[in-house]
Amino acid sequence: MSGVLAQTRYVQAVNRALNDAMELDSSVVVFGEDVAAAGGAFKATKGLLERFGAQRVRDTPLSEATIAGVAVGAALSGLRPVVEIMFMDFVTLAMDAIVNQGAKARFMFGGQRGVPMVVRLPHGGGLNAGPQHSQCLEAWFAHIPGLKVVCPATARDAYGLLRSAIADPDPVIVVENKALYAQMGEFDDSPVSVPIGRLRTARAGSDVTVVSYGATVALAVAASESVAEEGIDVEVLDLRSLQPWDKSAVLESVGRTHRVVVAHEAVRAFGVGAEIAATIADEGFDALDAPVMRVGAPFMPVPFARSLESRYLPDADAIAAAIRAVCA
Amino acid sequence: MTAANTEVTALLRTMLLIRAVENHLVKLYANSEVPGFIHLSIGQEAVAAGVMSALAAGDTMVTTHRGHGHVIARGIDTIRFFKELMGRAGGICGGRGGSMHVADLSLGILGANGIVGAGLPIAAGSALAHQVRGSGAIAVAFFGDGAMAEGVVHETINLAALWELPLLLVCENNGWSEFSPTSTQFRGQLSALAAAFSLDYECTDGNDVMAVADAARTAVARARNGKPSVLECTTRRARGHFEGDRQKYRNPQELDEFDAHDPIALAIAKALAAGVTAAAIAEARIRADESVLSAVAEARADVLPVFAHAHDDVYSA
Repeated sequence: MSGVLAQTRYVQAVNRALNDAMELDSSVVVFGEDVAAAGGAFKATKGLLERFGAQRVRDTPLSEATIAGVAVGAALSGLRPVVEIMFMDFVTLAMDAIVNQGAKARFMFGGQRGVPMVVRLPHGGGLNAGPQHSQCLEAWFAHIPGLKVVCPATARDAYGLLRSAIADPDPVIVVENKALYAQMGEFDDSPVSVPIGRLRTARAGSDVTVVSYGATVALAVAASESVAEEGIDVEVLDLRSLQPWDKSAVLESVGRTHRVVVAHEAVRAFGVGAEIAATIADEGFDALDAPVMRVGAPFMPVPFARSLESRYLPDADAIAAAIRAVCA
Repeated sequence: MTAANTEVTALLRTMLLIRAVENHLVKLYANSEVPGFIHLSIGQEAVAAGVMSALAAGDTMVTTHRGHGHVIARGIDTIRFFKELMGRAGGICGGRGGSMHVADLSLGILGANGIVGAGLPIAAGSALAHQVRGSGAIAVAFFGDGAMAEGVVHETINLAALWELPLLLVCENNGWSEFSPTSTQFRGQLSALAAAFSLDYECTDGNDVMAVADAARTAVARARNGKPSVLECTTRRARGHFEGDRQKYRNPQELDEFDAHDPIALAIAKALAAGVTAAAIAEARIRADESVLSAVAEARADVLPVFAHAHDDVYSA
């Protein structure tokens, strides 16, 4: 196995995964808005055009519906397209191709062929980007049979999950939190794939389990450090994959801690946390010593003003408060 | 046989098979042996037969909710086709898709589609794959005139022009956008839309199978050279939007005039003129009917799909 080489930015890990996948497999192609010449709005695709050429790395017009539809047709015809929708909010324009076409093709064609496409979707707030450039819409995709959904929290997982997504025979939605792109994280000199569907224990603990994913994992760890001073030993689970999610590992943890908080940046109502909380109630009820609590954004669009958005986004204090509440 | 009468005979055979299949579907649907919604292409067979005659093995295509003719002309196994529409285990899609999702990837059929216009970007993606791999194949997208109002049609035309995709866009213009005349739905002209993106455009009589085949040959050759184009085929829809549609919105005179424009009658006239005998045509018709009867009998005898197996193909494993 590889040793830790250095710190790498999350976005560089994404870039490295694209680079390595394209080097390994000539059927991998990358296209999207400004991903070629400009290297992507967040520079995730920087250098790919120069390295792999204009056939395999393409700028598209501002046509999200067609970008996704082209990915479906390319995937059905032998390519492994990786497309970027510049902001997750814009995927609303591409939902038919993803939900009605790509997600269902294997099933509705009787298993004749899969659709090995990857849609990269930068989500999340914190950039004062306003109501149409900040949303976390991952629950929509986790609700669709046929789609897989991953949301890496670290540079290592940004690389490893994207490599697995590209190699996967089915459509995979890769959700990357924009606020993480510039963050440094540990990275291996020979980075490896991370299997879809397995969580990571971000912090081991024995009193309460916090289930989280994406940028919220670091907030959950920070919250854990603050309540540790009060004698509460928190286990933080980073789901990494939302569809499928690692149910057995979550239930195993709950079986030890008997208390659960589910935390994410997305709107709490009808979110990923609702599915996890309901599953724990269904299948882990006997292990619970307290009701499952959820932390998420309030039921409103993401506001623009710095003062409003900072109140809107779930923070470490909100998670710490929920931890204290389930331990009370 | 001369080359001309060989070609018209082959095209006529394809059209007769499509007509026999769909005439039989009328009965099966009325008898509730085919569930759900089906959209028949009776009257539009010349477009399917003519365009498909210009394609090569390795080419790919997408079709629409009114796509039976296209998949039959491409050579789909009619037994597995009927099994699919009748909801049997041996259906081409295992009974999961039905009429609106018939696909045979081994023949390059990337699926009929229940969403109007959605097939165009999929065909563009398939054309992209042909281009990237240098396979020399092309992709064809069939769409109806109703789809002209869909945004992805405009987006795909733009992208095809920008990327010089090996793509042929075939509009079957039957004048109807579901239950409304297309003239009340689309203020533009497809010719002008193609011209706006500098794509070659041709309009042909979609009821004249030889004219369609000729135009398709030219357009397919163009696409193979990286010049996408639009081929509009004017035709007539003999039945309703869907089977069971009472078509109160249509002028009965239009339906009465159908026989005068029947593409099969026109093809028969051309075949006779090319020296094909009436006896040979009658025999071709009987053969098409017999093959359909036998396919339906085989489909009827097949078992129903097992629900537990349906989960198998939500994901690859």
